[in-house]
Amino acid sequence: MERSTIDLWVGIFVALGVAALLGLAMKVGNLTTSNIGATYTVTANFENIGGLKPRAPVKSAGVVVGRVSEIKFDATTFEAVVSLSVDKRYVFPKDTFASIFTAGLLGEQYIGLEAGGDDAKLQNGDKIIKTQDAVVLEKMISQFLYNKAAETPKAPETSGSTSSVVDALGANPLDNTTVNTTINTLDNKGKTDIAQPVAP
Amino acid sequence: MIRSKLLTSAIRTLRNIGSRFTERIWRMGAGARLFGLIVVSSGECLRRPRLVVREVYFTGVMSLIIILVSAFFVGMVLGLQGYNTLQTYGSSEAIGVLVALSLVRELGPVITALLFAGRAGTAITAEIGLMKATEQLSAMEMMAVSPIARVLAPRFWAGVIAMPILAALFCMVGVLGGYLVAVPLIGVDAGAFWSQMQASVDWQHDILNGMFKSVVFGVACTIIAIFEGYDAPPTAEGVSRATTRTVVTSSLVVLGLDFILTSFMINI
Amino acid sequence: MTQTTDPQNIVEIDNLSFGYKGRMLHQGINMAFPRGKVVAIMGGSGSGKTTLLRLIGGQLKPNKGQVRVEGQVVHQQSRDGIYQLRRKMGMLFQQGALFTDLSVYENVAFPMREHTDLPESMIHDLVLMKLNAVGLRGAHQLMPTELSGGMGRRVSLARAIALDPDIIMYDEPFAGLDPISMGVICDLIRTLNDALGATSIIVSHDVKETFSIADYVYFVAGGTVAAEGTPDDLRNSHLPFVHQFVHGEKDGPVPFHYAAADYKTELLGFEQRAFEHTRQLQE
Repeated sequence: MERSTIDLWVGIFVALGVAALLGLAMKVGNLTTSNIGATYTVTANFENIGGLKPRAPVKSAGVVVGRVSEIKFDATTFEAVVSLSVDKRYVFPKDTFASIFTAGLLGEQYIGLEAGGDDAKLQNGDKIIKTQDAVVLEKMISQFLYNKAAETPKAPETSGSTSSVVDALGANPLDNTTVNTTINTLDNKGKTDIAQPVAP
Repeated sequence: MIRSKLLTSAIRTLRNIGSRFTERIWRMGAGARLFGLIVVSSGECLRRPRLVVREVYFTGVMSLIIILVSAFFVGMVLGLQGYNTLQTYGSSEAIGVLVALSLVRELGPVITALLFAGRAGTAITAEIGLMKATEQLSAMEMMAVSPIARVLAPRFWAGVIAMPILAALFCMVGVLGGYLVAVPLIGVDAGAFWSQMQASVDWQHDILNGMFKSVVFGVACTIIAIFEGYDAPPTAEGVSRATTRTVVTSSLVVLGLDFILTSFMINI
Repeated sequence: MTQTTDPQNIVEIDNLSFGYKGRMLHQGINMAFPRGKVVAIMGGSGSGKTTLLRLIGGQLKPNKGQVRVEGQVVHQQSRDGIYQLRRKMGMLFQQGALFTDLSVYENVAFPMREHTDLPESMIHDLVLMKLNAVGLRGAHQLMPTELSGGMGRRVSLARAIALDPDIIMYDEPFAGLDPISMGVICDLIRTLNDALGATSIIVSHDVKETFSIADYVYFVAGGTVAAEGTPDDLRNSHLPFVHQFVHGEKDGPVPFHYAAADYKTELLGFEQRAFEHTRQLQE
């Protein structure tokens, strides 16, 4: 009968489709690693989150323990409120320290949790008090330059504007080389960071 | 003399554009109405699922070969191109991420829909157009059997069911094609390939969204194919034009819808 | 205007007008189809005969007037009502309209499967009976594409009578058949009509065959019923149109030429226009 062969083929077709979807979920996607539902949510306020995005990983000691579920802006304190969904299996003390790190020099940003010594544990809906903002590269460099400029006694009084800092640097050849080496070091670090996993 | 000729030809052109435009609008409305009619008269399909199964065979199973072969090649090409680019940044392990994400989010649903329009959509249009031309639909109506419930609705649901299945297969086979290029051929570490992929491909935001897209494409492609067939003038030329229109319209609609859906998904 | 329904008539057409996009096809047609009879509607190509069948089947809505089937006005019925009426009708389409993706057997079984819950064994017997009636029991495994034109028409006839309809409509049943097949179909229409106690409506322009089986004939021309009567009446009719049609004369009330501008002026006019055109180009 032709009909039963059609049924058979359609059955195989649907089964293949389900298998492919399962394969995508298990092998390609993160269904196995992400336990949907078995999480608790805590919030943390940051003054600057840099390039942090929702669904960014939350890591502790380098292990992924959760994900950023939501990022909001608090208009009263002018801070970013970041909600973290943390796996229920991992319990952290109340005085846990949350900081925003960058994977590699230019990689994605994630939240690192460092456990404190408190006996009380973080509960669902709690707020992490101790936080450290994201490091913004431009800010870091300009701060570094500014500090350098401030250290030199010959430097003229500046109000901290970058252009005058650069003027000051131009007047001082020694500092100029320091800056160059610093930038070179940063450059090289970046290269090695990215280059490390190249070896096949 | 010449000026008045220019004027008349300009008026004629304008009128042409106008009538084409209204024609499009009219077709859109008629298509939407047919869509509603099909959904309303889908009871027959629920009562006799065998009707749908038969059409899944013709639209889905018969499209398997083209979908699987294309997916394999697309995956391999993605692997090669991705490696080429990623290598300069020294992150060739990310090849798995690149292949999987581009397949699951975009290429899987979109290419499947385009191939589906070419393979199954044209077949549906031609079949329905010829059934109409040879009075088979009329005959059915005179037998007190609604052609919409008996002929159009099963094809519609079959298309809606087959499309996500084909898209899932496309993604999976494409990833395997990428794996084949990346791991045995280029020598990327298999563990890094899979683990990086798993770390970046999200079950909900990438895979389910991709599947959602392909369901929407399934609805769009099938309804276009059915409408073009049902609306085709009952002549050889009419059916052939309708078949062409199926491919053109489906492709444009799929790409347009893809943009709209993607912008929604990225915002949320 | 509304006439009382005569219970003798299974189908009545009352002052019917119908047209597409402003071009009127029928204007005030009156017809009656008595039970148990074979009634023919004849007329030239394009005179709207097939449209009449579609109006009876409720596939088209009249602009004016009405069609009554079993006393019920067709175009006033709901969709379900029309479907109820259609179950009493069988129709043989001009091209046969067999479902090309189904075998001969499945084609004949189609109406039974759609409208009844008969067990498979009963359907099997009924299908073979219907096919036997048209002499094609042996062909039940074939696909429609494997049939000749005459055989296809017979299968289509078997499908039309699958549910023992009260009204059987034939749309050009003789068109494009060889003389033998024509004779077979002709014979079948009459015998099936009498065996089933049905009423047959034949739309045709084949005079000889139609006259040989019809009880009553309507001539349609110019959107109205031009003549009516038994075949014998019409054969001896002196109406110029009927005479031309029945005897197949080339010219008569139905002109050989489609309405056109004057022949001479059109031919000369072309040269005149071509001349003007070249002159314009030269300028």
